[in-house]
Amino acid sequence: MLCEICKKNQATVHYTKIINGKIEELNVCEECAANSGEFSFDNPFSFHKLWTGLIEGFHDNKQKQSVDNLTCSFCGLDYSQFRKTGKFGCSKCYEVFEDQLVPLFKGIHGHDKHEGKVPIRANKKVANERKIEKLKVRLNELVQKEAFEEAAKVRDQIRELEKSLGDNRE
Amino acid sequence: MAKWIEGNGQYKDVVVSTRIRIARNLDNYRFPHKMSVEESERLTQEILDVMKNIPSDVSYKFYKINALTLTDRIAYIEEHLISPGLIQKPDHSSFLLRDDEKATIMINEEDHLRIQVLLPGLNFEEGWNGINQIDDFLEGYLEYAYDDRFGYLTACPTNVGTGLRVSAMVHIPCLSMIGHVDDMIRGFNKIGLTVRGIYGEGTEAAGDLYQISNQVTLGEDEEEIIRKLKNVIYQIINKERYVRDDLLKKKRYEIEDKIFRSYGLLKYARKISSKEAMKHLSNVRLGKEMGIIKDMEFKQIESLMIEIQPGSIQRIFKRELDDNERDIMRAKHIREKI
Ligand SMILES: [Zn+2]
Ligand SMILES: [Zn+2]
Repeated sequence: MLCEICKKNQATVHYTKIINGKIEELNVCEECAANSGEFSFDNPFSFHKLWTGLIEGFHDNKQKQSVDNLTCSFCGLDYSQFRKTGKFGCSKCYEVFEDQLVPLFKGIHGHDKHEGKVPIRANKKVANERKIEKLKVRLNELVQKEAFEEAAKVRDQIRELEKSLGDNRE
Repeated sequence: MAKWIEGNGQYKDVVVSTRIRIARNLDNYRFPHKMSVEESERLTQEILDVMKNIPSDVSYKFYKINALTLTDRIAYIEEHLISPGLIQKPDHSSFLLRDDEKATIMINEEDHLRIQVLLPGLNFEEGWNGINQIDDFLEGYLEYAYDDRFGYLTACPTNVGTGLRVSAMVHIPCLSMIGHVDDMIRGFNKIGLTVRGIYGEGTEAAGDLYQISNQVTLGEDEEEIIRKLKNVIYQIINKERYVRDDLLKKKRYEIEDKIFRSYGLLKYARKISSKEAMKHLSNVRLGKEMGIIKDMEFKQIESLMIEIQPGSIQRIFKRELDDNERDIMRAKHIREKI
């Protein structure tokens, strides 16, 4: 979304104005938000405030520079772009920017650790169990044929799958 | 009529609808705003392949945004079946709509998947169960982007964790009459809730309808998020009901007059803007809520609030209408329904 004031930069500050019970959403860029006296940043979810807090957290310009240059190898997004748009480019970005994210998430959500649903991988578990059964049949065949080297490989595969099933049960 | 409006729900005198949505992404694809058309098509195909495995008693229809007319796109938004964000990049986005229209799976909105369940009245339990089921099914086949520490990974940091947004749309004309809404909104913002107009971000609060939703998605589990919002909604219900009773006691004639004037206006007007129509429909809904208007159903009023919107009115009359024509046809449509 483009800034509604300058119509040039990405809008990263989302602000709700309330006048006589009428709600007006404003989406502006950091610059315009800072330049306009109209905005008060009472909104705890203002990106502007969060980012500013983060920039101030740096010891010096050199450190800021090195953070800005952090780049995700999967999608090509670097941290300075992330700061501008407020959007990750892909799920790998989370690893690349990990150290910066804790204060950011604390600012937005008041927390930095997920509590809640964990994928159960329900159908995958079933699929793995079926795979193990098949491999066990194959293992028997190989042992009977005395193809021990092949059999050892299959046995390792089974162990690997059983281990992953065990992990998911936790 | 939007199908989701049918069905039972609690506290319909204040709560119009309950909406729950989750954001999910897949590993190994860039997020939608970084995607090429080709990459988005590949992801869409992967999801469609998975949908072939759904149980035979459920069915979904698939719609590509760029295959819909602009009028239809807008009408789907007006019916709350898709979000405005879904039509921003028409060549990337599509959606699957369940036949009862109570569930939508949006593909390539801000996230790869936005799953929503929409129900009439207050109904968080059924909503969450419905979402959970769809999520478990999809998760069995798809490689979700999930991290032990940060939870479900989303394009925007404001959704990370549960990716959950629960909201209720409330009709609070009396709280708004006595000027309590501003204070209420400010209070909600302080406890991490957002209040918006009915069509989400960037829309004004027409017809005294407000959408209240959670803002925090990280560090609280789904049940807690839902419980918190539910408590706030109960408070709103109690306050609005209290003010209604009070107004009826003290200003019965004024209230009845206001309601029946709106009723009469809607019944006989020959030209009406959507804004004016919303205002009077809101009064008529209040009449129904207070037991003053007896010959209309909630679902009739709710449907009208949707059908009078610009996209929907053009869809009903099956052609493009300019502003002037729309106002005329809108009045005609309302007359036929009341
Ligand atoms: Zn700007
Ligand atoms: Zn990335």
